[in-house]
Amino acid sequence: MRSSPTPEDVAKEGLLISRIKNGTVIDHINGGEALNVMKILGITGSTTESLSIATNVPSRNMGKKDIVKLSNRELSKTEVDRIALISPKATINIVRNFKVCEKKGVEIPILIEGSVRCPNPGCISNTNEPIKSRFAVLPEGKGLRCLYCESVIKKDLTSHII
Amino acid sequence: MSFESAMARLGGTSLSVSSVEACSIAKGETLADTIRVVSGYADAIVIRHPKEGAARLAAEFAHVPVINAGDGAGQHPSQTLLDLYTIRQSMDIDGIDVALVGDLRYGRTAHSLASALSLYGVRLHTVSPKGLDLPSSLVNDLTEKGMEIIEHDDLTDVIGQVDVLYVTRIQRERFPDSTSYYNVASSYRITPELLVGARRHLIVLHPLPRVDEIDPRVDASPHARYFEQSRNGIPVRMAMLLKVMQ
Ligand SMILES: [Zn+2]
Repeated sequence: MRSSPTPEDVAKEGLLISRIKNGTVIDHINGGEALNVMKILGITGSTTESLSIATNVPSRNMGKKDIVKLSNRELSKTEVDRIALISPKATINIVRNFKVCEKKGVEIPILIEGSVRCPNPGCISNTNEPIKSRFAVLPEGKGLRCLYCESVIKKDLTSHII
Repeated sequence: MSFESAMARLGGTSLSVSSVEACSIAKGETLADTIRVVSGYADAIVIRHPKEGAARLAAEFAHVPVINAGDGAGQHPSQTLLDLYTIRQSMDIDGIDVALVGDLRYGRTAHSLASALSLYGVRLHTVSPKGLDLPSSLVNDLTEKGMEIIEHDDLTDVIGQVDVLYVTRIQRERFPDSTSYYNVASSYRITPELLVGARRHLIVLHPLPRVDEIDPRVDASPHARYFEQSRNGIPVRMAMLLKVMQ
C-alpha cells in the first residue's frame, strides 16, 4: 500500500493521467480493453464526474496496459466480476483523499449470472422467461458455456456482455 | 406418444399439453408458469420444446422430475439411451468403432449419441455429404474429451472397420432440387451389397422413420437392428419414468 506515486509511476503515467481525490483506479487492464471496461461500467455517453483513460501504456509485466480512473465512484462486485472476464490481471484501487486505501485484484468467477447474453438465438435464455442468463466459466480461458443450451462463447466476450 | 404408452404400460396415466404454442405461449404465458402449473397435476413431466435449454429451465421451476424428450436443435437424451441400450444388447460399448452416416449437421440424435459415446472410449467415424458434416464446435468438444474422430468420404471405406453403423435421414429440403438430393442420397444408401464387406457382428441402427437411407432388402439381414431399436423405445422410456419417480 502506498500513498503517493513512485517516480517510475510518474514517468510512466504522470503526464497521462492526473491523480484523483476520491474514486477508483482500475489498473493493469489488458492493453486496448479500456473502452470495453467503460462499456461494462455503463459509461457510454455523457458523465458529470471526471474520468481519465490511458491506453497502451508500457508495462513491465504486461507489455501494454490500460488504466481507467473514475472520480467519486466505487465498483460493485458484479462490475468487478465483469471486468475480470476481459482483464483477469486488472487491479482495483480505491482512493480516498488522494490515498490508495484499498487495493485488490479481480477474481474470475466460476459462474456468471445475468451479465452475458447467449449467442444462440434458439436458446431459452433469450426469451421472456423469468430467468437470468447463466454461464459456467471454462478453465484455462476456454470461454463461457451457457448452462441452458450449452453454447460456448470462445472469443470476443465483450460483444456478449449485456 | 412413446412416453405416453410407456406410462400406460407402467399402469399410470398421462395428460398431454399437446401444443404448448397453442394453449399458453399464444396467451403470453411463460414456459416457467406453464411448468409451475403442470407440476401440480403430475408426478413427472416429459417435455419436448422448440427452444434449446427448455428442459433445464423446466427442471428449475418444476416440483416434480423433468425428462427432456428433445429441445430444439439441442439434445435428444431419451433416443440416445435407447440407442446405447440397443448397442449393448449386442456388444460391450467400451472401445468399439461406430460410424455415423447421413446428415450429421442437423441430426440431433447423432449429436447426442456422439456425446454419449465419448464416455466409452469409442472411436467415431463420420460419413456425410459435404455441408452436412458434424458441427465443428461439437467436433472440438468431443476431441477435447479425448475422442478419436475419423472422417470418411465413402461408405465402402468405413464398412469393414466398424462395429456399429448408425444411419440418419438425409432430408430432401437440405438440397436445392430433387436430382441433387437423389444423387447424394443414393451414395449414402445402405444395401446388401455394401454389407458384404462388413464385420460379422456389425449392427445397423437408424432412429426411424427411414426414407431411402436403407434398402428394404437389408431388413432381413442379421445386421439389421433398427426395428429392435425402435421397439426398445418403450422399455427404455418405462425405465426412465420409473427411475425419476422412485
Ligand atoms: Zn444458451
